[in-house]
Amino acid sequence: MSAATVAAALLTGLGVLAIGLWVGGYDPGLALAALWRGAFGSWYAFTSATLLRAVPLIVIGLGFAFALQAGALNIGAEGQFYAGAIAATWVGLHLAHWPAPLAIGAALLAATAGGAVWMVLPVWLKLRFGVIEVISTLLLNFVAESLVSLMVQGPMQEATGIFPQSDALPAAVRLPLIPGSRLHVGIVLAIGLSLLVWFIMSKTVWGFRLRAIGAGPRAAWVTGRINGRRVLAIALLVSGAFAGVAGGLEVTGVSYALYQHLSPGYGFTAIAVALLARLHPAGVVAAGILFGALEAGAGAMQRDAGIPSVAVYVVEAVVIVVIVLADAHLRRAPRQAAEPTPIPVGARAPA
Amino acid sequence: MTPILQLRGIHKHFGPVHALKGVDFSLSAGQLHALLGENGAGKSTLMHIAFGLVRPDRGEVFVDGAARVMRGPLDARRHGIGMVHQHFTSVPAFSVAENVALAAGWTLTGKALRRRVAALGERLGLALDPDAPAWSLPVALKQRLEIVKALATDVRVLLLDEPTAVLAPAEAVELLRVIQHFTERGGAAVLITHKLDEALDASDELTVLRRGRVTFVGPTQGQDVRTIAQHMIGGVLPSEDGPSKARPGEARVLAHGMDVARDGRAGTAVRGAAFDVRAGEIVGIAAIEGSGQRELLRAVAGLLPPLQGLLEVAQPVGFIPEDRTTEGLIPEFSLTENLVLGLDRRTAWIQGRLMPRIDWRVARRRVAHVIEDFAIDSPGVSAVAGTLSGGNQQKLVVARALERRPQVLVAENPTRGLDIRAAADVRSRLRAAADAGAAVLMHSSDLDEVLAVADRVLVLCEGVLTEAPRGADRGAVGELMLRVPAR
Amino acid sequence: MDLVPLLAGFLAAAVRVATPLLFAATGETLGERAGVINLGIEGGMLGGALAAAMGSLAGGPWVGVVAAALAGAVIAAVFAVVAVGAGADQIITGTAITLGAFGLTGALYRQRFGAEGAGLSIPTFDPVRIPGLESIPLLGPALFAQPALTYLALGFVPVLWWVLFRTRWGLALRAVGEAPAAARAAGVRVRTVRVLATVIGGALAGLGGASLVLAQVGTFAEKMTAGRGFVAIAIVVLGRWHPVGVLIAAVVFGAATALQFVFQAMGLAVPYQVFLMLPYALTLLALAGVVGRVEAPASLGRALDGDS
Repeated sequence: MSAATVAAALLTGLGVLAIGLWVGGYDPGLALAALWRGAFGSWYAFTSATLLRAVPLIVIGLGFAFALQAGALNIGAEGQFYAGAIAATWVGLHLAHWPAPLAIGAALLAATAGGAVWMVLPVWLKLRFGVIEVISTLLLNFVAESLVSLMVQGPMQEATGIFPQSDALPAAVRLPLIPGSRLHVGIVLAIGLSLLVWFIMSKTVWGFRLRAIGAGPRAAWVTGRINGRRVLAIALLVSGAFAGVAGGLEVTGVSYALYQHLSPGYGFTAIAVALLARLHPAGVVAAGILFGALEAGAGAMQRDAGIPSVAVYVVEAVVIVVIVLADAHLRRAPRQAAEPTPIPVGARAPA
Repeated sequence: MTPILQLRGIHKHFGPVHALKGVDFSLSAGQLHALLGENGAGKSTLMHIAFGLVRPDRGEVFVDGAARVMRGPLDARRHGIGMVHQHFTSVPAFSVAENVALAAGWTLTGKALRRRVAALGERLGLALDPDAPAWSLPVALKQRLEIVKALATDVRVLLLDEPTAVLAPAEAVELLRVIQHFTERGGAAVLITHKLDEALDASDELTVLRRGRVTFVGPTQGQDVRTIAQHMIGGVLPSEDGPSKARPGEARVLAHGMDVARDGRAGTAVRGAAFDVRAGEIVGIAAIEGSGQRELLRAVAGLLPPLQGLLEVAQPVGFIPEDRTTEGLIPEFSLTENLVLGLDRRTAWIQGRLMPRIDWRVARRRVAHVIEDFAIDSPGVSAVAGTLSGGNQQKLVVARALERRPQVLVAENPTRGLDIRAAADVRSRLRAAADAGAAVLMHSSDLDEVLAVADRVLVLCEGVLTEAPRGADRGAVGELMLRVPAR
Repeated sequence: MDLVPLLAGFLAAAVRVATPLLFAATGETLGERAGVINLGIEGGMLGGALAAAMGSLAGGPWVGVVAAALAGAVIAAVFAVVAVGAGADQIITGTAITLGAFGLTGALYRQRFGAEGAGLSIPTFDPVRIPGLESIPLLGPALFAQPALTYLALGFVPVLWWVLFRTRWGLALRAVGEAPAAARAAGVRVRTVRVLATVIGGALAGLGGASLVLAQVGTFAEKMTAGRGFVAIAIVVLGRWHPVGVLIAAVVFGAATALQFVFQAMGLAVPYQVFLMLPYALTLLALAGVVGRVEAPASLGRALDGDS
């Protein structure tokens, strides 16, 4: 997989968007210019719109990539994000009198735990009953959304009981901002996490084992004696924890309260981020910023050119499709060079 | 007389590989024609072209003298051609009747279908229970189902791709009798086999392929194994050492009253096994597919804990699994990563205890040595394992198993899919390991290989282990493979 | 409070809620039996819902139905080209297709109806009452006073069963799902079968979206399918890849959703969100009980090798 594929994926995505806008009667030039302005037009736009949105995308994307390296697909980051947000808000609201670093640490820790806890059921269902994590994590997204709705209209509703949201978080649990912007220090944490994931994946025995389970589960067990179930469970829980942290960062750094629809689909966009990055941690940072820019630009596009911002999902979809197509092509290439594919033995494969 | 099936000037490329280079092949009615050649010589590809599964780049197919374009197996069937593939092509979850209907293109369902399939089996003298799911059939019946499927429609030409490879000697003889019966009634058959004796015994005509070219065509009469083998490999067969003369040492594997569960399914695969493997000897296991050899070997390799009984195995154990691309290697990983995968954690490149790290530089240096020692043909230590040829992949797997300086070496079909030279190389590595003092336990689905390599032969039949008498010949061992010993 | 009308209303609601799921799950069953798992049916339903709304506004409900089936088929065709034709990962491709459908329908909807869009009044289906049968106590309203689309969905169940288990095409399709190599050796065009099954399945998902708009809600909203496509995939598993099982699973899910009407009618003060969560939670629990005891089509989710 080369830089050319990544560039092709992006250009195809934007090209499809431009054509779609043109067909829809909009001026693509105007729209793309608005998109650029909204994302990179000024230092303020870059930090407070683009990077601000990049933080959750990077953190969730790292977690998605982490699990996928082990061969597990966490399509439920949206749900774990909400679980993390609920946990961070709940803890945060009780810590008004704690010193700021401790309070923030406690809230983010709660968010981590929240995300991981939301993954416990899928892990159990997978290991105990063989329910694929794709379905279980997806279904839990909807449960989480309803849970947030329940919380902000029930036990966690703000004091006046009018609005469907929680009380505002005390100052002690609000993340410091980078001067001259609305960007919180979560961006530093995101980059730090990416370094950590890179180190684990490429330098440690543990990361090697995880990649082995993902790339060749049978060989990992037969040849490497690696306990796939344990590795898989940890990979999924870590993945959930990352999404939970992202939720925690969002409430402590951006919204300062729990809302419904806090996430504009970060959990799904992060999939595109991780795939575009080829699952590489450094790439996730770059791709996260790129998609942050896209989402920031989409807001500007809607304001300035009247184009529905949801159109960027189409760009994301196209990017994902181009990448998986390139992957499929790569997988087939060496096979064509080798002997004709034999017809596999008709014996029933062990489950 | 016009040949019933003829292929002329056939060329086929797979990517950069020129698999068939202008091959002619001709088959007459009443003929049993053996098609011989090494792995990769192009035998299967040629038959796939005759059956419409592969389209030739150049060349023509004639049936009864008329040029035909085969767009698929259904076209081939229309022209009276049926095929038994190298591997079973039945749908495991389907019943026997459904499998026959699928292959024959019948629309029948339910009771009418079952009756027709039962009648067909009776007519062919190959009875099968139409309701039995295909996965539940023992190997010999699975092979029988393949033949019933091939003959379900009005077939005059039967193509058989290594149909006896998975059968015990007596079953193979029975199968060849069915084929001869078919040709005696005016049918024509092509038999691909790597058992040269079998080809010489059964066939009327021989064609030998080497690297996509015909190197011999002619009547079988008057040919012998040595000259045919020369046509196949273009030189003299590599000579191999027979069983060792050295006296075996102490027992490195000791089992008594050992039961092992089926791998991945309920049930007991091995019952009451008692045996030992001593330092310096190769013990071979002869068995037809699914007799419990997989579980027995994996129990010794430490992958399947015995259900009960005693099993003592000296450590470390080296294991060469049967399927190198899914179990022996991770094709997307580099050679270095693959070597690291199979070695102990207490090696030079593992550092730190709490969060152990891998020093890839040290690992790469070690891999470079292994590549040199084992003459593995590869672009380098960072090359991806999937790009290596099958023979070199297997060398890597064997090399890694030996890197652990194993007290016990367990090998499961270690030469499957390799050409003659690569297979001979692997066998000599097993012998060298034994000579160096390892206890070697191996199984090959090729009985001749077991007999050629092993100092002692154990026979497994339906999970029950017996030791073949010293010096027992092919026929005697083959009989043991099919008869459950009284307990 | 009278129990019989309450229960009859509950059953009628269960069947009504089950209808879109039944369409989508029937279609997904067809695809999965051929070895294709299509997470894009969520997107197909959504596309079908918007197409139904626009078609119905333009030419009445039946035009909406046809437009929805077409939209679902087109969306599934995109999926099939990528995931079956090119052999890309089915799960990820399906997720991308659904994501793209979110974007596309959202953008189209806002462009056509403005950002608010509320209060769309879409021509919908009235219940078709079957004289006599409708007045059967309890079951009458549930089975014989439903919109035409519900009858259509119920009709597809025996049709699918017949195709799968009584025709040559169904035999070939199931062989493709179990053992593509074996099917290929028997002369089945494996890729073609998978593409066809996926596209027809997509058309059914589109009909599911249509029934949501034209027979249940009566309007369109962004992301209105709310995961029903994903639930349909779970329902296929719960129904053990069998049309009748799928029918039962869909109705049970519908009943779990319809419970809220009973509770509301009984005046129980349970937060409505609990009822929103309940069906998903029940599905997860049910999956735990079912998976592992039945075998999925053996090649489900796997790309085809080489040139098969």
